[in-house]
Amino acid sequence: MVKTLLFPVTSVMGWLFRLIISAFDLIMQPLQNRLGVKGMAYVFIMPNLVIFGIFIILPMLLNFYYAFTGGTQLFLENRPFVGLDNLTTLFTCGNFLDPNSCREDLFWRAVMNTGGYVLAQVTLLVLFSLVTALALNRNIRGRGFFRSVFFYPVLLSPVVVALIWRWILQQDGLLNGIIVALGGERVPFLLSAGWGQAWVVIISVWAQMGFFTLILLAGLQAIPSEFYEAANIDGASAWQSFWGITLPLLMPTMFVVLVLSLIRAVQVFDQVFSFTGGGPGTATVYMVQYVYTTGFANQTKEYGLAAAASLVMALFLLVLTAIQLRLGRRSEIT
Amino acid sequence: MKKFLMILALMLVAALGTTVMAQDTPVELRITWYDDGNESAVLREILDRFEAENPDIKVVIDIVAYQAVLDQLPLQVEAGEGPDMARVTNFDAYKGYYLDLRPLVADAALWESSFDGAVLGALQSGEEDADAIYGFPNQFTVTGPFINRTLFEQAGVEVPSDSSDAVSWAEWTAAAREVAEATETPYAVAIDRSGHRFAGPMFSEGGMLFNEDGSITIDTPGFRTMAEQLVGWHTDGITPAEVWVGSGGSYAAAADFFTNGQLVMYMSGSWQIGNFAGKIGDTFDWSAVPNPTGDGGSTGMPGGTMMVAFAQTEHPEEVARVMDYLVQPDNAREFTEKTLFIPAHLGLGEINFVTEDESAKAALTTFASEVPKLSEQAYELQFGGRAFAINNPVRDRLTQVLTGELSLDDAIARIQQDVDDALAAAAVS
Repeated sequence: MVKTLLFPVTSVMGWLFRLIISAFDLIMQPLQNRLGVKGMAYVFIMPNLVIFGIFIILPMLLNFYYAFTGGTQLFLENRPFVGLDNLTTLFTCGNFLDPNSCREDLFWRAVMNTGGYVLAQVTLLVLFSLVTALALNRNIRGRGFFRSVFFYPVLLSPVVVALIWRWILQQDGLLNGIIVALGGERVPFLLSAGWGQAWVVIISVWAQMGFFTLILLAGLQAIPSEFYEAANIDGASAWQSFWGITLPLLMPTMFVVLVLSLIRAVQVFDQVFSFTGGGPGTATVYMVQYVYTTGFANQTKEYGLAAAASLVMALFLLVLTAIQLRLGRRSEIT
Repeated sequence: MKKFLMILALMLVAALGTTVMAQDTPVELRITWYDDGNESAVLREILDRFEAENPDIKVVIDIVAYQAVLDQLPLQVEAGEGPDMARVTNFDAYKGYYLDLRPLVADAALWESSFDGAVLGALQSGEEDADAIYGFPNQFTVTGPFINRTLFEQAGVEVPSDSSDAVSWAEWTAAAREVAEATETPYAVAIDRSGHRFAGPMFSEGGMLFNEDGSITIDTPGFRTMAEQLVGWHTDGITPAEVWVGSGGSYAAAADFFTNGQLVMYMSGSWQIGNFAGKIGDTFDWSAVPNPTGDGGSTGMPGGTMMVAFAQTEHPEEVARVMDYLVQPDNAREFTEKTLFIPAHLGLGEINFVTEDESAKAALTTFASEVPKLSEQAYELQFGGRAFAINNPVRDRLTQVLTGELSLDDAIARIQQDVDDALAAAAVS
């Protein structure tokens, strides 16, 4: 009965579908005759390539050009070419380890802050993700529930995460309320450089861990159980199985996690910016925030200097990725 | 043929309908606005009347955070995506993008007689547009301190300015500290995290930014004296560190600490009066007190907000009609009386502020009497076109001193460098 009723609808839809396909054929067939089957591959990737070109390549080229211009005007036609001036400003330093000796001290503070953050955040993130993935890979009760719990923070907007934690950690916040209620003294969680930097790392690990745990979990589940059974028969301990089987076979996945988390850590911005605004002082100003502030938030908008800093950052990421790829390839060979 | 004529007739009817609809649809104008208190509500009342009298224009007020006016609006305007009008405080950021209203308004002479020429001139770029009218000040502000008078009474400490015309910052700090200790109030003194707010006390302490040859020098004894006091407040723990240390790189006000009764003395400005009248009510007695006195006299900082029009508007004539309506003395008076602002309009006559709050009325009188005391340096900083290069570096570098990242000597050297760089970058364009 339903089939009979729907017949006219399905017929019209079928006719429409054939019409669309025929219209495509009108274009595609002559194109294929002209370009050949191999050439058609380029036709199919063209839409994506155009989007990539407009939104990735063009801004990159613009950024590159901006890095060699000066002044505070936005449009390129109004910006004078200043050559390497912006890069020279960034790299004029008495001692690269002492930002106070640098011409653009805030840039070098941002570089050093980013270095410290990347080191701490990536190490802790990979470590905690691995431990969590190992735990969730075991046949424990409520495994599905725990997997959801660990993944949940990933679904939250970074700004929401930042605001929630700010509410918890501020001087009159939840955590200090509990500490005071227990007879303690307020802790300046967001007012001292050390605490600020520590909480930025803790929160970002908490917020991102679920994503990397999921990747590692997939890697763990791809390891054939026969290996563990054989090791068990040979009398290997759990620790030996981990070092001898799990870790080597998980290395390619670990490598992906490392590359992704490293790139993400260098690009850290939105969550920290909403959480501390870069403070206390400049303790949590990282490279992207330096670029944003210099180019967009300061009353004097130095687009050229900001573009030069982002160029340096891109170069740094490129070198980092190249090293990792080389190390990854070497570990695959060995 | 018959069919063709029928289609033609239908098309004509449709086209006519569209035209009629277009004529009936009012032109929509947008104002980007931020609130200190009830300003947008008062403006809405006035604009509702305007819309009733001018049914061809509809004005939408987009209320944003003050920070958005500082950070995002300049970019929007520069990219051609700005509103038709806006309430701004960073006048320099939009130079070159304002709409000249002189040829569009009904009576340009009314504008010239209603506002101080120097204030209208703050929007102009130089001699090339010295005749242009880009907007009008809808609020004049003066920075100055407020005190929680109830706490002084509870502590049994005399309010220093009640018996002396010249009280220094050091004396005020000592008195506020005594009150805080006696009443177990968390904080004695606070100042908004803003270079503009710091400038008044700094000038009062004898600081001089502008030299006769037009150059700028940061390192003066007065600047150091005020900076050292600010550092001392933090070191001694008598000011809420959240304001300067815990606010990242942005502007922050300490108003909430004051309205919550957690602060004895608060250095801010006249724009807080409406806010305090609404929030504090009968909770405690509060007063505005004269700016403290030092080697440079007793000066606050002038300031205020301007209602400006942008050249990128598609409806310049309609924008001019709105602006013209708002500067009419009756409308400007209503705005002033209901928002509890010091008027910037010179032709308002007697003002009857709409408030029963005696503290608010007294504060308005106090701030009005601060206006003649404002120093030339203070006017030069606010309206001389170089505030964009000075205020934020002062704020951010002093914060680095508070967190221990810089010594005061290094901070002063960095501020000088930041100011010179910003002025040089602006001059390149």
